[in-house]
Amino acid sequence: MSAETAWWKSTEAMVAGILLLAMVLIGLVNPAFWSLENLFSLARSNVVIGIMALGVLLVMISGGIDVSFPAFAAAAAYLVVRAMVDWGWSTGVLVPFLLATLLGAAMGLVNATLVWKLRMIPLIVTLGTAAMARGLLNGVVGTSNVNINKYPKSLIAFGKTDLITLTNAKGASFGLPATVLAYLGLALVIHLVLSRTMIGRSVYAYGASPEAAKRVGFKTGRTLIFVYVTAGALAGFAGLLQSSMIWMANPRDFVGWELDVIAAVVLGGASIFGGRGSVLGTMLGVFILVMIKNSLILMGIDTTWQRVVVGLMLIAAVALTALRDRKAIV
Amino acid sequence: MTNPTPLIEMRGITKRFGGVTALDDVSLSIMRGEIHCLAGENGSGKSTIIKVMSGVYQPDAGSILIDGQPAGVLDPVKSTAAGIQVIYQDFSLFPTLSVVENLTINSFLREGARVVDRKRARAMAREVLARLDVDLPLDAAVETLPTSGRQLVAIARAVLADARLIIMDEPTTALTGREVERLFRITRDLQAHGIAILFVSHKMREMLDLSERLTVFRNGRKVAEGAITDFDEAAITRAMTGRDLEAGHYDAPAIQGTPRLEYRDVSVPGRLSGVSLKLWPGEVVGVSGLIGSGRTELALAAFGMLPPATGAVLVDGRDVTPRSVQQAIAAGIAYVPEDRLSEGLFLTRSIRDNSIVSSIRRFAPGLWLNRKAAADATREMFEGMAIAAPSSEVAVGTLSGGNQQRVMIGRWLMTGANVLILNGPTVGVDVGSKATIHAIIHRMAREEGLAVLMISDDVPELVANCNRVVTMVHGRIAAELSGPSLTEDALNDSLRLNIAVSA
Amino acid sequence: MSDSSLTARLSRATGGATNLQLMLVCIAVLIAMSFANPRFLNAYNFESMAFFLPELGILSVAVMIAMLTGGIDLSIVGLANLAAITAGLFFQRMGGAEAGIGSVLIGIAIALSVGLLGGILNGLLISRLRITPILATLGTGQVFTGLALVLTGGPAIVGFPAAWNAIGNAKLGPIPLPFVIFIAVCLGVWLLLSRTAFGLQLMLIGTNPRAAVFAGINRARMLLYSYALTGVLAALAGIILSGRTNAAKSDYGASYLLQAVLIAVLGGTNPAGGRGNVLGVVLALISLVMLSSGFQMMRVSNHLIDFIWGAFLIGVLVLNYLLSGRRAG
Repeated sequence: MSAETAWWKSTEAMVAGILLLAMVLIGLVNPAFWSLENLFSLARSNVVIGIMALGVLLVMISGGIDVSFPAFAAAAAYLVVRAMVDWGWSTGVLVPFLLATLLGAAMGLVNATLVWKLRMIPLIVTLGTAAMARGLLNGVVGTSNVNINKYPKSLIAFGKTDLITLTNAKGASFGLPATVLAYLGLALVIHLVLSRTMIGRSVYAYGASPEAAKRVGFKTGRTLIFVYVTAGALAGFAGLLQSSMIWMANPRDFVGWELDVIAAVVLGGASIFGGRGSVLGTMLGVFILVMIKNSLILMGIDTTWQRVVVGLMLIAAVALTALRDRKAIV
Repeated sequence: MTNPTPLIEMRGITKRFGGVTALDDVSLSIMRGEIHCLAGENGSGKSTIIKVMSGVYQPDAGSILIDGQPAGVLDPVKSTAAGIQVIYQDFSLFPTLSVVENLTINSFLREGARVVDRKRARAMAREVLARLDVDLPLDAAVETLPTSGRQLVAIARAVLADARLIIMDEPTTALTGREVERLFRITRDLQAHGIAILFVSHKMREMLDLSERLTVFRNGRKVAEGAITDFDEAAITRAMTGRDLEAGHYDAPAIQGTPRLEYRDVSVPGRLSGVSLKLWPGEVVGVSGLIGSGRTELALAAFGMLPPATGAVLVDGRDVTPRSVQQAIAAGIAYVPEDRLSEGLFLTRSIRDNSIVSSIRRFAPGLWLNRKAAADATREMFEGMAIAAPSSEVAVGTLSGGNQQRVMIGRWLMTGANVLILNGPTVGVDVGSKATIHAIIHRMAREEGLAVLMISDDVPELVANCNRVVTMVHGRIAAELSGPSLTEDALNDSLRLNIAVSA
Repeated sequence: MSDSSLTARLSRATGGATNLQLMLVCIAVLIAMSFANPRFLNAYNFESMAFFLPELGILSVAVMIAMLTGGIDLSIVGLANLAAITAGLFFQRMGGAEAGIGSVLIGIAIALSVGLLGGILNGLLISRLRITPILATLGTGQVFTGLALVLTGGPAIVGFPAAWNAIGNAKLGPIPLPFVIFIAVCLGVWLLLSRTAFGLQLMLIGTNPRAAVFAGINRARMLLYSYALTGVLAALAGIILSGRTNAAKSDYGASYLLQAVLIAVLGGTNPAGGRGNVLGVVLALISLVMLSSGFQMMRVSNHLIDFIWGAFLIGVLVLNYLLSGRRAG
């Protein structure tokens, strides 16, 4: 009776299968896909969206949805960089990143409190807090970019750090950025927290059945605070990371990112109804999304098609999960 | 075997909700290691006392003693610490999580653990399942298990949480015959381990078979208690309903002409196999059988929600085999579902909206809704069904169970249906309303020539109100009783036989 | 029930307690803004509001319709732009700004058809494939915006025919034409929801989707119709927007989405379905438009006005929570 679920039937394996298939196909269309330069650039593009996706994953497992994180990321990054410029901070990057993370966490706490206390659907709450964050940032702090000539040197140095540096045939050097390690490290931590700790399991429990979670004795307020604060913190951190990688702080950055990130998380098998989703699946989902977006050029498709492709991918992913969930019920 | 100090003793408990007294000076005590049955109709206060015991509700008056010591005000944490575990009808499990996790998560939570020791969790799960002598796939998500499996997980979880008293709220409603037997075996097993069981039910057979002591509630009061040997079915019914067993019977008009409703060799893979049944105008035919026997599926097959794979459904001799609810309604078939609240009513909407919904075409031949016609028809229905409400504009959620059910039946009569299928027509309906609903059904059958299919758990109800009763097992019709052979004993025997067949 | 107090009578007359509250909010905003800006109570100001408000108002009504069944439509702005751009491309073939009235009529038909098709796509995804409305419309919204981008290649399409621009700029006597269209839409939707079988069925689906199926409502078809209607309304908003500005672009009106959701929720629409009415949405719309316009007169930056909208939404949620909490306690 107790047939253990075969690993190859898991959602992650299915997503990985789709990923491999897509890689083979893209490689056939354009072998340049397999060049180290392209692969390194892909890895680089995964970092920021991946870290944000970890936060959205938490929110989705808890049964919610978050559209405020791009605004939080922009606010945290811009405020920190502006403060560094204004105060002339140049020693190290630890404090700035800590600050950006804390700013994100504080904004996440607002989401958590509203979702918990008002019992209002997270979409509406986060739409509201996103508008507030952007409005305050652009209205009070300003709308002008901090460009490379003013941009803090320590952050530039950090963003430039490569793990491996190689030189291509034309003599230009390219590398695997060290920020990839930050992404992998955070992913590992979130994975361990989600799968091995009680607070992590409480997120799944709450997402699967809030009522049962309460009856069993989980402090569901604490769970929601953990979810939204962590999501906010990850967004703040990712915001500054992105800024350090492009050597610019733009208070109007990340507009429209919510769709890409949510699409990636859904692609990775998480369910908007809660209780389902994993870090590994999410990372695979992020990779597929980033790879296909980046590969449109390699495949000779105009970049204006990117949004259409992402939209179609999201629809396909949710259609597949809807079919899966319907089967599970029967 | 019982210790003279009760495990839990509740004295003079009163609980009010607004102006409604749900429990009125009720006392109840449960001995260690006994199997105690709490009986009563819906709304008698059974669920309220469970919630008082589990600390979800705080009583307005009265005291609670645990092991002879005053327990003060109970809250859910205190109650579980005292070893009281409730298995609600919905089991309160986490559908997407594994069996192991569902079993162990609240034990870890109680220990105040911060990390999950997966090895230990597995060992704990194995051990408790072995102790209950059941086999469940440890890594499967709970949502993939059948209802009985989920119930076992809930029971095992309670045992793991060091339960001394397990309260089971209507545990057999969703089980098949074999599963009920297994549940009874496990219950006796738990008792042998010194765990007391409070079995909340309204089914006679189970109470008499399983429990040692019985307490009966009616309208928020305790009306009887004692050793089970002091009771028989008649005594329990009298205590529960306040009157004697339903007497009388229903005689259908003489059979003539074409059947109003006919199932002709209807099969749905895994649900129904080769069901043939004819109902003539004026007949009230009862359907009985356990959950999973196909009794609800029989209704859904005629109502377009479970289209037959083979065979046909005929109305007045015409093949109407419906593929959708709309087709069933067009063919004159009506269905009053089992769960009035989730499947039947739009609680926040008015009686009018709830009534006209299924016959809306009649009131909106073109684009516009003829509000006057709708209001007139609703008023007519309102009076015909003797609904007690200030007006047809009030929300249906404010009505009593009996009046809500009348709105449900009235809704379908407004469609001009000739075939009325009722699933649990008087569940959660008070005694007075029950009689009115039965009288309405009989009037419709006899005077309007409707054919009525009445699905029910309630043996006396079927015997008193149907001219024929069929019992179902494994998606087939197993037996048919009518005329002088339709008695409660005969029907009970037939159902018992069915359990034996399915076990 | 038979309460005949003034508040009860007023609340019945306005269609519910929420609408009465909203009316008071509306009046309060009017008074506050008149005190803050002497120029606020000026015919010209009201006229400019009446030009600006219809496109947002129609989108809000569209969101409300989607919410009645417990859904949401996040694709409206993308669809509005796509509809306007499709018509714009058609006009470019017909001589651009010189295109005649016949072409404009065809252009309107094209734009509305795009809205209808987009809405039907949403409806099919939601009712047949049973995709959650949030994700389905998030995805289609992206596809619509993306197609708009592909069609234009980025820059705005300009130079619409004069008759088209009249839809957004003309006046019928003293009243702006877009406002007349908006009022017509409100009346039409109000009648549809309160006086037809379709409206009642939508409300019932939102109240209890399962019971709706058991009662014989064709849920899939009703959902399809409601999203199709939402799509047509989005296209209408797109027509007015491009007519008013004489331009169409893939990323116009991005902030309208939040604002439309906000107005729908503020207007008493329950995002979980089953409750909502046109009058409430109109009152919420007027309050917020007056609020924005007043702040703009006080030279508050547009960014801060965005903040105020977000804060207003959260504030209303908090207020509702406190009010309902008091009732329950």
